[in-house]
Amino acid sequence: MAGHSAQLDAKTLWGGKESPFQTSYGKLMMWFFLVSDALTFGGLLVAYGFSRHNTQEAWPIGEETFNSLPFLGHGYPLVYVALMTFILIVSSVTMVLAVEAGHRMDRKGVTKWMIATIIGGFFFLGSQAWEWSHFIHGSEFGKVELADGSQAIVKGHFGEIENFTVVEAGKHHKKGEVITEDLMHTFQHAAEKGHLHDGLIKLHDGSVAKINKAKDEHMELIVKKAGSKHELNAKLEGAEAEKAYYEAIYSGVANKVIYGANLKQNEYGPQQYGQFFFFITGFHGFHVFSGVMINILILFGVLAGTYHKRGHYEMVEKTGLYWHFVDLVWVFVFTFFYLV
Amino acid sequence: MERDDLIEYSLHAHHSEEKGKEIRKKIWFVTGLLTAITVVEVLLGAFIKQSSGMWPVVKWSFIIMTLFKAGYIVMTFMHLGDEKKTFKYVILVPYILFMLYLIFIALWEALAVGEAWATYGA
Repeated sequence: MAGHSAQLDAKTLWGGKESPFQTSYGKLMMWFFLVSDALTFGGLLVAYGFSRHNTQEAWPIGEETFNSLPFLGHGYPLVYVALMTFILIVSSVTMVLAVEAGHRMDRKGVTKWMIATIIGGFFFLGSQAWEWSHFIHGSEFGKVELADGSQAIVKGHFGEIENFTVVEAGKHHKKGEVITEDLMHTFQHAAEKGHLHDGLIKLHDGSVAKINKAKDEHMELIVKKAGSKHELNAKLEGAEAEKAYYEAIYSGVANKVIYGANLKQNEYGPQQYGQFFFFITGFHGFHVFSGVMINILILFGVLAGTYHKRGHYEMVEKTGLYWHFVDLVWVFVFTFFYLV
Repeated sequence: MERDDLIEYSLHAHHSEEKGKEIRKKIWFVTGLLTAITVVEVLLGAFIKQSSGMWPVVKWSFIIMTLFKAGYIVMTFMHLGDEKKTFKYVILVPYILFMLYLIFIALWEALAVGEAWATYGA
């Protein structure tokens, strides 16, 4: 860009030959697109803030909601999302290195760093898939409505279900039969439907079985919606927590417990929380996905030597702008969804 | 069709090996900084509970750290800092002004709506 100004005289400047801001058309338009996209994300995050500020219920706390790691279970607050953030930052770095290599017309360098960026993008998408799956399936305890009408989330270690022993025969199961398959899923499904009563489970075929389950450990209930007895943020521990929890679970009444999240309800907090989570992280994930696809197309261009022949790698720079923007949005999503 | 009347800016964006080395050094510095800020955020989030008296300070430091990260991403990774000054402001100023307005109006309104619900019922 420097050294160029010498050629500029009044004729070129006023003949419409100079681009605004001395940038190429493509780059300028990419920036305008990014501003409009940033307005969309800004609007979404502000809408999220609006819901959060006018709600009467306790809003979910990031480090309570997101504290799991694949294969390792619970008790790692925010580590997983921090890892996702790190992956995206690193892929942003590899992208900027590709752009830098492009400025030196280093085709090999561009190829190498573009491939690294694409791999980083896929890693992030995979992480987000796990995150969503975990969010949708929820915890082993779920959120529970206690006898006084208050609602509480549950922390602790869920004692494993060993088996169901049939005590009353139904269509498929005979008395005395021991069921060992698909226990957790059957248990949670029955709990939601109100098919659990006093340590007994009513199965699909009408048979009734006794639930043999290891004892829960370190159970703690945190009240997220006040009832007639328990206040907001009250904590119940030990025997008191277990009594309150199992009274609700074994009440035989439907909808006393919610596991995981969908668009209608979620175990973490107000209904809008789940909706915003799906929409904003989903919309961002869609941007990441598009970004990876665009990066792959540009990589093909690099491999085919299209940009080398053109004499510059500006296409890499422009996709780079989009890719960094995706990283930029995630930085804000990370703060407002997980941290504050 | 080849046009020779337009100035091709892209061809002049090249830089030398030495300049590249300098730029890469800066890139790695920013990488380290962004990672360090994220680690600090996670540690603060894990150890200071929202119920603690320190929370408002922590919350605002999260927001400030986020803006820092955003600034580095936009200025260094998206090299908006290296563009023409007028261009930089054309992109940033309208956006920031509008967002500040939107945040103010939406959150202020949200508190009023919340209060109305608490008073008169949903």
